[in-house]
Amino acid sequence: MFLLATLWSHTAFAHAQQGAAVGFFTGFWHPISGLDHVLAMVAVGLWGAQLGPPAIWLLPVSFPMVMALGGMMGLLGVRLPGIEYGIAGSAILLGSAVMLDLRPPVAVAALLVGFFAIFHGHAHGTELPPNQSALLYSMGFVIATGCLHGVGIGIGAIHRWAWGARVVRVAGTLVALGGVFFMWKAFS
Amino acid sequence: MKAAGNPHWTAYAFLSAVVALWSGPAAAHLNATGMGPIYDGTTHFLLSPEDLVPVLALALFSGQRGAPFGRRTLFVLPAAWLLGGLVGLSARTASGSLIGSALWFLLLGGLLATDAKLSLPATTVLALALGLYGGYLNGTGMGPAESATLSLFGLSLSIFAVVALAAALVVPLRAYWARIAVRVAGSWIAASGILMFGWAARARL
Repeated sequence: MFLLATLWSHTAFAHAQQGAAVGFFTGFWHPISGLDHVLAMVAVGLWGAQLGPPAIWLLPVSFPMVMALGGMMGLLGVRLPGIEYGIAGSAILLGSAVMLDLRPPVAVAALLVGFFAIFHGHAHGTELPPNQSALLYSMGFVIATGCLHGVGIGIGAIHRWAWGARVVRVAGTLVALGGVFFMWKAFS
Repeated sequence: MKAAGNPHWTAYAFLSAVVALWSGPAAAHLNATGMGPIYDGTTHFLLSPEDLVPVLALALFSGQRGAPFGRRTLFVLPAAWLLGGLVGLSARTASGSLIGSALWFLLLGGLLATDAKLSLPATTVLALALGLYGGYLNGTGMGPAESATLSLFGLSLSIFAVVALAAALVVPLRAYWARIAVRVAGSWIAASGILMFGWAARARL
């Protein structure tokens, strides 16, 4: 009951800075509201957990920063072709990397993750609603992204057991299949 | 019933009744009285992310560098904030810009994320600069000087408490994952700063 009440509650408007809470929650909700984004971000966490240190923290650290860069490009109106393909492709490639338990050098993994983060950030940047608290929206947006990576890392932590490694690879397969679906949607 | 016959008890009861009947209105609720200038300053800081987050980032960074850095920031930052605020009170007008906040987010978040090996004097200069900048902007935005000085004092106390708690939390961290978590927090702050740049630039286009 408590959980339901918490999840169903509306914004309080309890402070002097009206709209601040709305800005934070709008930003927080934005990355979570699109399954294509969710899949890729969880895959980043899964892959980081699979690769172990230092990738386990390097990938989730590099993704939000490069994604924010992509978001800035979107906000500034910089055109980037094939956004939807890039997002779907990120789920396919990152999911496949987890599925196949690929272990490239950390720099290569970080570059790959950073490359796709640009697409995700750009898509979010062009969709940012006007009249929000820029500061709180940005914070909510980045925190939600980081939490999605955290979910991936949390699931990926079972990788240390043999059965867990198999479950993680199955999860990677599901992410890749989701990516194929979104790629099909992007083409149709 | 033996107590009822005690003359001291009767005197205490009489005195209590007199005090209770003569007491004025408590005005204990915030909607009637406000919180008073010191608490207004304290809560203003805690409810203003553009002030709170950079302070938190610098406190975490100082703690990350070690106890001497934490101690230095603990005293320099609130003092500089108070000084900047007092200077700001005499200024005509100045309003903080989103770009200014974005710069602080990016700089301090970046330092925290990269675990930058900044020297103690450089950290001191950073704390001084942040304090003077943030304090000045707070000072210019405040009302009558009499209560504003107290508000600034409350604000500085609040900064002192936040720095003490955040730096003290990080200084003893030795576990790999715990130190990484602090760096991840830094990357989030820096990423927010990058996005804020975008917002600010879009507003100017």
